[in-house]
Amino acid sequence: MKYILLMSGTKTGVDGYHAWSQKDIEAHMAVLQGITEELTKSGEFVASQGLADPGEAKLVRGEKNGTPVTDGIFPESKEFLLGYWIVDVATPERAHAIAGRISVAPGPGGVPTNMPIEVRRLAIYVQPQSQ
Amino acid sequence: MKYILMMNSMRAGHGVPQWPQKDLQAHIAFMIGLDEELRQSGELVSAEGLSFPDQAKLVRAGKNGVPITDGVFPESKEFLAGFWIIDVEKPERAYAVAAKVSAAPGLGGAPLNMPIEVRPIMSAPPPEML
Amino acid sequence: MTKAWDTTSEHLLRELAPQVLGAVARRFRDFVSAEDAVQEAMIAAFTQWPEEGIPDNPRGWLIQVASRRMTDQLRSEIARRQRETAVAGELETAAITVDIETDMDPNDTLILLFMCCHPALTPSSAIALTLRAVGGLTTAEIANAFLVPEATMAQRISRAKQNIKASGVQFQLPTREERAQRLRSVLHVLYLIFNEGYTSSSGTQLQRLELSREGIRLTRSMHVLLPDDPEIAGLLSLMLLTDARRAARTGANEELVPLDKQDRSLWNRGAISEGTDLLTSALSKGAVGPYQLQAAIAAVHDEATRPEDTDWPQILALYELLKRVSPNPMVTLNHAIAAAMVHGPSKGLELIRALDTDSRLSEHYRLHAVRGHLLEMTGDYESAIKHYRIAAGRTTSIPEQNYLMTQAARLAERTTQ
Repeated sequence: MKYILLMSGTKTGVDGYHAWSQKDIEAHMAVLQGITEELTKSGEFVASQGLADPGEAKLVRGEKNGTPVTDGIFPESKEFLLGYWIVDVATPERAHAIAGRISVAPGPGGVPTNMPIEVRRLAIYVQPQSQ
Repeated sequence: MKYILMMNSMRAGHGVPQWPQKDLQAHIAFMIGLDEELRQSGELVSAEGLSFPDQAKLVRAGKNGVPITDGVFPESKEFLAGFWIIDVEKPERAYAVAAKVSAAPGLGGAPLNMPIEVRPIMSAPPPEML
Repeated sequence: MTKAWDTTSEHLLRELAPQVLGAVARRFRDFVSAEDAVQEAMIAAFTQWPEEGIPDNPRGWLIQVASRRMTDQLRSEIARRQRETAVAGELETAAITVDIETDMDPNDTLILLFMCCHPALTPSSAIALTLRAVGGLTTAEIANAFLVPEATMAQRISRAKQNIKASGVQFQLPTREERAQRLRSVLHVLYLIFNEGYTSSSGTQLQRLELSREGIRLTRSMHVLLPDDPEIAGLLSLMLLTDARRAARTGANEELVPLDKQDRSLWNRGAISEGTDLLTSALSKGAVGPYQLQAAIAAVHDEATRPEDTDWPQILALYELLKRVSPNPMVTLNHAIAAAMVHGPSKGLELIRALDTDSRLSEHYRLHAVRGHLLEMTGDYESAIKHYRIAAGRTTSIPEQNYLMTQAARLAERTTQ
């Protein structure tokens, strides 16, 4: 079963992260990297992506003739996607356990960040065979 | 340059669209056509659809490694419905594709005009992630 | 002498894979390393044969390449242990190759199937390992079929082999006592492979390996080796009878076309004929198992020229048997549909009420989809629409979702007319 694990944060949160000490940032990254490596070893890793700073986000709408209308204005409270993992696991509980590990990744002073990780099942393009 | 184009769930209640058959079919055909176009042009890197938000779970680290899982989200939360990752020459192309997604037909065949968030993807192992 | 590579060559090469693996694994008494060695030989063949032509003795070629890999590994291990032994002289690859070929045992493919589908493995590991070791597919092909990265699939297969090693299972056929259970595991894995189904396109994938075909091929090879086993024949029959409808199952927009709406002229009559013959022969052997029953149900559907010609009473009787032999919520659901066709939709609705408290199914989209269908049959369109929409929101299959949303929309349009 494929799940996507979403890590999000507000602009304020991201700015805060940028202000961590180098050591704290490296420790945080090391834990996340370790999780990815474990998932590869366990045969559960499908994909992961880091998204660039929310400051570069654009919101696009289409005009009737296809012209994009673009702006970069978002509410202060908006939660931006910062990155995700896609995993292929046997049970939903396993997806939650992996998400729990991500959530525990350390912040300043090594204290667990306890970030909330959203877990969503991915849609598939397969039909059931029974028809 | 890689960009992610993100589409949020369409309506309050997050249920399936309740349009007439004709409009559903037009919407589905549009999305299939768009995927095909991006595949043919070699710009499509990946595309995923997410299951409906009513099945979303929020997980936090609990005590002793046991995660705390619940399905409670703030009222205002926007849920991701799907995304495309495309590899394009310039940002303008990414915005043009996003505009196309935005104009997907909905009720009565009218363009939905959904707001599509466009973000650059980290190309090298990023500072924030892996 | 070589033969030119053509469209049948890939198939030939893959047929050889389990034969070569069985032989090499038995000779070197090391399934784990042999499987890696044979995989490498396969990749070498896929690279070289299209260019250079197929060798006169393709199987011998593969055995030689795999054996060379094995002996190289053994040599470097021996060197590492700094032991000069008479074994070094014995490691003359050519002699080994001849030995191996002479000792080949047609049971080897069977032994491999039993090993790769060992109950100690998770279904996804067993599927991956079976496809590589017995199916002769490359890691990349299998990864592509399951839409995961190649490295992930390689790890899955590697871990599966380690689990087999740890379980201590020997390279031999299961004992008489174990056989029934072990066979059930194999058939289950093959059924899962078949069920992974066909995707015309998904995300970036233009072509996907047709796992349903692989399921049929592997089951057929098992049937050839054990022609008297009725459940193997039953499973093969079920696959053929189901796969026969494939061309009719998908609409222009990749949407799902249900059984009662399919253009039956698109059904593969040859496959139906073969499946029916297999089934008839299997049923005559006595003990009727769940795969034979499911095949029988498929056969009854397939013999109807039009949906209204379907022998629903017979299908109902078969589901009643299946419920006793192999009860599970899906069977209950299908039984309810058959009951509705024979005794009316209220009967069907009554039967699925029992599933509301079954935790395996109560939240499952299929319960809502079936309820929607039955409610539609009673004329309660409003409730049917509601359940179709809930089902659409719950299913992870996009074609199914599209179908269910369209059903709801269709009914909504009827109610407003």
